[in-house]
Amino acid sequence: MDRPKTSSGTPHSIMEKLAVLADAAKYDASCASSGTAKRNSAGSAKGIGSTEGMGICHAYAPDGRCISLLKILLTNHCIFDCHYCINRKSSNVRRARFTPAEVVDLTLSFYRRNYIEGLFLSSGIIKSSDYTMEQLVEVARSLREDHHFRGYIHLKTIPDADPQLVHQAGLHADRVSINVELPTDAGLARLAPDKDARGIEGAMGGMKMAIKQARDETKRFKHAPRFAPAGQSTQMIIGADAASDADIVGKASRLYDGFGLRRVYYSAFSPIPDASAVLPLKRPPLMREHRLYQSDWLMRFYGYTSGEVMQATGDDGMLPLDIDPKLGWALKFREQFPVDVNRSSREMLLRVPGLGVKAVNRIITSRRHRTLRLEDVGKLTVSLTKVRPFIVTVDWRPTLLIDRGDLRRLLAPKKEQLELFAA
Amino acid sequence: MNALQHVRLGTYYVAQLPEQDDFEFWRDRARALVQCDVPPDRIAWVPPGGNGDLFTHGERRAPVPPADAAMVRASKPFIQLARSAICHSDPDRFALLYRLLWRHQANPKVLEDRADGDVRRLDELARHVRRDIHKMRAFVRFRLVEDEAAQGGESEEHYVAWFEPEHHILRANAGFFTRRFANMRWSILTPKGSLHWDTQALAEGPPAERADAPAGDPVEALWRKYYASTFNPARLKVGAMLKEMPRKYWKNMPETSLIPELVAGAQAREAAMVDAGSIEPSERPDTLDAIASAIHSCRRCPIGELENQAVMGEGPRRAALMVVGEQPGDQEDLAGKPFVGPAGQVLDRFLQQAGIDREQTYVTNAVKHFKFTQRGKRRLHQSPTAKEIDICRWWLEGERALVQPRLVLALGASAARGLLGKTVSISRVRGAAQMLEDGSELWVTAHPSYLLRLEGPAREEQERLFAADLAAVAERLAELAQ
Repeated sequence: MDRPKTSSGTPHSIMEKLAVLADAAKYDASCASSGTAKRNSAGSAKGIGSTEGMGICHAYAPDGRCISLLKILLTNHCIFDCHYCINRKSSNVRRARFTPAEVVDLTLSFYRRNYIEGLFLSSGIIKSSDYTMEQLVEVARSLREDHHFRGYIHLKTIPDADPQLVHQAGLHADRVSINVELPTDAGLARLAPDKDARGIEGAMGGMKMAIKQARDETKRFKHAPRFAPAGQSTQMIIGADAASDADIVGKASRLYDGFGLRRVYYSAFSPIPDASAVLPLKRPPLMREHRLYQSDWLMRFYGYTSGEVMQATGDDGMLPLDIDPKLGWALKFREQFPVDVNRSSREMLLRVPGLGVKAVNRIITSRRHRTLRLEDVGKLTVSLTKVRPFIVTVDWRPTLLIDRGDLRRLLAPKKEQLELFAA
Repeated sequence: MNALQHVRLGTYYVAQLPEQDDFEFWRDRARALVQCDVPPDRIAWVPPGGNGDLFTHGERRAPVPPADAAMVRASKPFIQLARSAICHSDPDRFALLYRLLWRHQANPKVLEDRADGDVRRLDELARHVRRDIHKMRAFVRFRLVEDEAAQGGESEEHYVAWFEPEHHILRANAGFFTRRFANMRWSILTPKGSLHWDTQALAEGPPAERADAPAGDPVEALWRKYYASTFNPARLKVGAMLKEMPRKYWKNMPETSLIPELVAGAQAREAAMVDAGSIEPSERPDTLDAIASAIHSCRRCPIGELENQAVMGEGPRRAALMVVGEQPGDQEDLAGKPFVGPAGQVLDRFLQQAGIDREQTYVTNAVKHFKFTQRGKRRLHQSPTAKEIDICRWWLEGERALVQPRLVLALGASAARGLLGKTVSISRVRGAAQMLEDGSELWVTAHPSYLLRLEGPAREEQERLFAADLAAVAERLAELAQ
C-alpha cells in the first residue's frame, strides 16, 4: 500500500516545528495547572518555578480556551491510525519531531518570560510505546534534574508502555493522563482500531494504585518521593460516535469512581483537516460539550448522582441544548419545589436553578442573621429571574409560576444573534 | 473612666496615609481611634497625595487611648479581606474599613450578613484586588535584555516587564514573583512603582514609564507562533476570551495583536474544511439505486477526478454473502460491472468450486473508481491509498447497511481496510471470523489478482489456501442459514 506522502517538506526550524506540533496538540482539552503540591524556588540559587495551588491562565485564545501550559507533541509521527486524530498514520499532515532538549529549552524560554505555568507534553507513537515513553520521561527528567524546574508538568502516558517507565513519569510529573478517547468500547474499536479499551483502563487502574501508594508513603515518611501530586485525568471525544449524553455521563461517573480521576475532559469533535471519511464532517454543537461540563459540575460539586443527571436527559438520552441540565432536572421534578431559602437544607438549595455553590454559602450564613426576603436573595445571587419560580421567602411564594406549563419557555435563554466580531 | 474624655468634643481627625497600600498604618490608627471611641463620621482618611488641605482644622496626630481601653476586636476573615481591600484604588476604602471595624465591635458577626451594603462593598473591593493580583501574575511579560558588563565581568541577563495594574498591588504581588523567578534577575516596572530582584534581595523603585522597558524580545516571535497554532479555528468563543482577558491588558501582551486576524480567518478556515469533504453523512442516499447514481459524481478523493466511471456493487438486494474486492480494474471500469476481468474469472472459478452461487452473492469493491496511471495506451492499475479507502468506506457502509449480509468476505488488504478501518495482515487474520459492529461476520482472504501474479509452487500453495478459505466461508454460510 502506498505510504501517504507529506504535503510539503519536513520542517526544520524550531519555529516551524513549534507551529506543527502545537497545532497537532490543540485537540487535547486539558490545560489545568492547579491542584498540585505547593512548591517554589525561594532560597534556591538554581531553582526556577513555583506552583502555589491555584493555576494561572497566562493568555486566552479566541476559541475561549485558556493557555496555561506549553501544550505540544514531542512528535506527530504516529504508527497508530485513529480516525478522529489529525496525526493518524494515514493522515496527510506535515510531520515534525522535537528532540527532548529542544522541548526543554522552549519550556524554559517561555517560563522565564512568564508566558506559561509549565509543560503539557504528549506524543504520537514512534518506533514503539516504550521508546516514545522514554523520550517523554527524558524531557521531564531533564527539566526537573538538570534545570531545577519547579513549574507544572503534565505528561500524557502511553497505555501499553512499560510500567517502570510510566512510574518514572509519575515521579517527575504533576499530572499524568491517558485518554479513554471514546465513551463506548464499540466506538473505540471502530474509530481507534489500534487502541484497546481494556489496555487503557488497565493503565489507569495501575496509575491509581501507584498514586494511592505514594500518598500513603508521604503520610508515613516525610521524604517519600512525590508521585503525580495533581492526580490523573482523561479525555473523551464528543460527537464522533453515536454515544448519547446519558452514555457519556455514565461513563464519566464510572471513571471518577473507578479510577479516582481528578477530571474527565470533554472535547467536542472538531472537523479536522484531512479528516477520515468514517467521521461526521460537521461538528456537534459546542453547546453539547458545555452541557456535559455542566452535568460534570452537578456531579462533582452539587451532589447529584449520575443517575439523577441522566434523568435530565430526553428520550433520546441527550441533554437539552436550550436549557442547562440543572434547570432541566428541576422542571422534570417540580414537586421538589419551591424551596424555602430560610429553612431548607443545603442539599436542596443547591438544586435550585440559578443558585451556585457560592450563593448557597452566602444564603446559609446570612439567614442566621436575618429572615431573608426576596430582595435579600437578589443581593446574594446573580439573577433573581431564574431563581424566583423555585424559592419561597417570607414575602414571596411562586404559587402560580411553578405550575405553569410554559415555564420552560419563560426561563430558557432567549435566542441571540451570535456576535462573531464582538472582539 | 470614659474613653470619650480623651477626645475633645467635636474634634475632627485626619489620618494621612504614608502609602496607598499601608495596611499596618491603617490598622494602628484605626485601633487607636476605636479605643478612643471616635465614630466613623469624625475621621477623614486621606491617601498619599490626596487633598488633606480641606481638613486644615483636623487633628492629624493619633489620639492616645486610655490605659484601660478595651481590646479592639477584629475577626481573622475581616483582617484578610481588609488586607486585600486596602490595595484597591477606591479612595473611600479606608473609611469603609473603619466603618466595618466600628460596627464589628458591637456585632462581631456583622461580616456574615452578606446582604449588608458595607459587607458587600468590602467583598467587592477584595474581589477586584484579588483579580488584579491574579491577572498581574498571568499577564506580566518579561523581556530579556543583556545588561552592560560590569568592569571586566560578563554581561548579565536581565528580564524586564512593563505592567499597568489597576490597583495598588505591586507590593502585595512581590512575593509571588520572587518565589517563582528566584534564579533570574528581573524588574517589573509600573506607573505606580517598580520592583527589582537581583536573585538575592528585592528593591523597590520609583514609578516608571513604558519607555523605560525594553521594546521587544526575539522569543516573542515563537510565543506568537505558539499562540496562533494552539488556537482551534473550529471553535470561536470571543466572548469567553474577552471576559477573562479584557482589552485593557492587550496593549502590553505580545500575542494579542494576532487576535483580529485569527478571528477573521477562523470562519473561512472551517467552511473550507467542511467543503473539502463535500457530502454530509446525513445526506447519504438510502437505496442501492441512489447510491449507484451518487457515486458517479463523487469527488471526495482524487480517483474520482480520473477518466473513469464508478462501478457499483452487483447482486441481490438482500444477500447473505457480500464479497468485497479492492477496486474496479480496466475491464470492470469499461463494463461498469465488478469482477468481470481476469481476477473476476479466477474468483468465479473458486466460488463455483466451493459451491457458492455468485448469483446469490452481492459483489462489490472497497473503492468505487478505478485508480490507474496512463502508460501509452495502457491504463496501469495503482493501489488506492489508505486515505482513499477510508473515504470510500462511507459508500461501502451504505451498501452494507442496505444489503445487510450475514457474512462479508474481504478479498485482500484493501478490502479488509475498507471494512475494519485499519490495515491488517492477511496471513494473520485469514481462516477465522471477526465480528463487525453490526453483528455480521467478516472473513478475510487474499485477492484473486494476487494468485494471478504468482507462478509455480507458490501459486499452487496460495490457490490451496484461497480454496480452503472459500470452503470455510461456504460451510459457515450453511451454518448461518439454518
